[in-house]
Amino acid sequence: MSGDALFHLRNVLIWGLVATTAMTTILQGSQGLGLSRLSLPFLLGTLFTGDRRLANVIGFTFYVLGGWAFAALYYLVFLVLDDKASWWLGAALGLLHGLFLLAVVLPLLPYVHPRIASEHDGPTATRRLEPPGFLGLNYGRRTALTTLLGQLVYGAILGAAYAVHLGIPK
Amino acid sequence: MVAVPDRPDLGAIADILSDAPDVDRRGEPTGRMAYPPIGDYAVIGDCGTAALVARSGSIDWLCLPHFSGPAVFAALLDYRHGGRFAVGPVAPASVNRRYLGASNVLETTFLTATGTLRITDAMLIAGTAGGIEPLREVIRVVEVVAGKVEIEITYQPRFDFGRLRPRLRRRGRLGWCCEYGEHWLLLRTELPLILEDQVATLHGRFSLAAGDKRHLCLAYVRGESGVIPLLGAAADQRLATTRRWWEAWSDGCVYEGPYRGAVLRSALALKLMTYAVSGAVIAAPTASLPERIGGVRNWDYRFCWLRDASLTLSAFLGLGYRGEAEAFLGWLLHATRLTWPELQVLYDVYGEAEIPERSLDHLEGYRESRPVRIGNAAYAQRQLDVYGAVIQAAFDFVRSGGRLAPEEGRLLVRLGQTVCRSWREPDHGIWETRGDPRHFVFSKLMCWVALDRLVTLQATERVPRYDEARFRRERDAIRAAIESRGFDPAVGSYVAAFDAAGEADAALLQMARFGFHDPTDPRLLGTEAHVRRCLGHRHALIDRYRTQGQDALPPGEGAFVACAFWAVEARARRGDTMGAASDFETLLALANDVGLYGEEIAPDTGDMLGNFPQAFTHLALINAALALQGRATPHAGAAETPDSSGTAA
Repeated sequence: MSGDALFHLRNVLIWGLVATTAMTTILQGSQGLGLSRLSLPFLLGTLFTGDRRLANVIGFTFYVLGGWAFAALYYLVFLVLDDKASWWLGAALGLLHGLFLLAVVLPLLPYVHPRIASEHDGPTATRRLEPPGFLGLNYGRRTALTTLLGQLVYGAILGAAYAVHLGIPK
Repeated sequence: MVAVPDRPDLGAIADILSDAPDVDRRGEPTGRMAYPPIGDYAVIGDCGTAALVARSGSIDWLCLPHFSGPAVFAALLDYRHGGRFAVGPVAPASVNRRYLGASNVLETTFLTATGTLRITDAMLIAGTAGGIEPLREVIRVVEVVAGKVEIEITYQPRFDFGRLRPRLRRRGRLGWCCEYGEHWLLLRTELPLILEDQVATLHGRFSLAAGDKRHLCLAYVRGESGVIPLLGAAADQRLATTRRWWEAWSDGCVYEGPYRGAVLRSALALKLMTYAVSGAVIAAPTASLPERIGGVRNWDYRFCWLRDASLTLSAFLGLGYRGEAEAFLGWLLHATRLTWPELQVLYDVYGEAEIPERSLDHLEGYRESRPVRIGNAAYAQRQLDVYGAVIQAAFDFVRSGGRLAPEEGRLLVRLGQTVCRSWREPDHGIWETRGDPRHFVFSKLMCWVALDRLVTLQATERVPRYDEARFRRERDAIRAAIESRGFDPAVGSYVAAFDAAGEADAALLQMARFGFHDPTDPRLLGTEAHVRRCLGHRHALIDRYRTQGQDALPPGEGAFVACAFWAVEARARRGDTMGAASDFETLLALANDVGLYGEEIAPDTGDMLGNFPQAFTHLALINAALALQGRATPHAGAAETPDSSGTAA
């Protein structure tokens, strides 16, 4: 592996972890403060198991891995855009990512997630989790705001890190 | 959320309470008649929280997410604004109730002119259903077993003690959902309910025939993904699993003596009031049920009182529930660390020490008994008897074969040091009187108990021997003070407070239990006789003290049922088994139809008063039964060791 590739990989790993940690703290903090009932790690974990405790452990593991994967994706976008990368571009990307998650992914979950119930079909023995609904509003009216804030911070950190490490003055 | 309206919508209450004579122009009950007698309630619970179910089939009390949380159904304290979950027949009915087997699954049977309706109620025990479960779930199974019955359902959730009327939303085939902050509540049923009352109430009337069975499942989560309960056979399965869980727990009861049914029901009530997460046992699941109808003695009992500690340990150990005893002692010694080495009167289920009291002025109170209080200002009172209660509990645990960790032993010694510093000061006493502090004899007695048991534990090397000589010296000084200033030769009895001539206190009936004298000692016999003379009523009932002029509140309350069971225990300990058994049976007859007791009973009517059901009463019942069976533990700790000289009078 070349020196440049190692440099980029190291940045993705470090700043991906930092951004994921910040986003997770915001989302879980929102849940703890009663602003939203949505826990994306839990929903992720219940893809694999119906055990609540195990689902949380698996979910957080995959969430961090997913955070790194998306960090790499963001990094590629920044590379393509090259000198336009900045914290605000990262934030805009995060916002777009969050909107896609809220408007498209969450409403689709009842059709693909093995443990989320559908309002049309009702619950089954395995599908018993409440569907998040459009913009995650079933999980509290502030869910959309807290999710967007988390994604925005995630993107902003990655954008800022890219700009700083490649020496782009912003 | 929408504001609470000025004009209440009573829905179908008139029909549910069709025997209530006091009705308005619309045929709806008004004022006091809208409230069932306290003894008309039964309790269901899941060792996390509890619901009160009236004979009419209405759940009038449920706090979420735990015992001390805000009520989502509080019709118990305001029939118009509190909220309820009522299911029952439209027509007048005679009602029979029972718990299924040795469980806390309640079955209510309504016999109407046209048929028989059966409702089975339970709260699911966490971890028994398998898979992902809601934090709390109430299951109500409605079944017509004969003829035809028209039933009526009213579902009125009201968050935060009736302050907030949630907007109920239909979530397709998932059920009816409402939210308040992080609280999420979902009702699911096969029955097509209709929104009413500005979308804050669900209502329905249905005619069911023999063999028809319907389910109503109420799921709750806090701050996490909602979980949708399944109906039909799956709900029946969960109910059966819950019943099996309770029955398996009941199988652990080793008590085989007389009155086993009453003892086991009391044990089940205690287990229901045990907060499974911490091991704490709450005093009662309700708040502000009055000690006198229309009176102001309305307190919140949804917390853990340390005064109950030794009675709780001795009851659990006496019945063979060592796990519960260990969990409770663990809670006592660890959850109370926020205030070490001082102990408070009460803590919440997690050991939170600050429990500020406030009035809920928007609620009219049970039968207009105001104020409705939540929180309890007694937490800030000084109550010296709690030290004896906690150390006695640890002592009982050790004597039953348990081992204290070195850190726990050191904590007990620090408690003893606090007793040495404090016992000469006045306090508010076991009854938490809201007047000036006094030198209550029972408080001094429990300080003596604390030091006496500590000395015994030190003699057997169960706790560190720091300050041993000081403990002995202070213990003997307490005894001397009780004998010289707490005994009134004129009446031949110990009295409520130092130099309080002739003033009786039923707490002193426990002097024999704590081994202050032999149970047949003339001073104890005189005290028992004096208490009966001054505080006794018919039906073997006993007041705890004379409220007239003895505290800062208007006088008047019912007889304190725990005191009556203490009198039974005292009588049994001194060998009058026949008399004790007779009184015990008299008291058993005063329980409600499902074997539950509140805090007090009105001697003239037999009506329950105060918070319901009451752990203190059921603890006293169990300990009285153990004494009758001859298994009650002699509590004079020092008498069991060579180090007994200090306990002699």
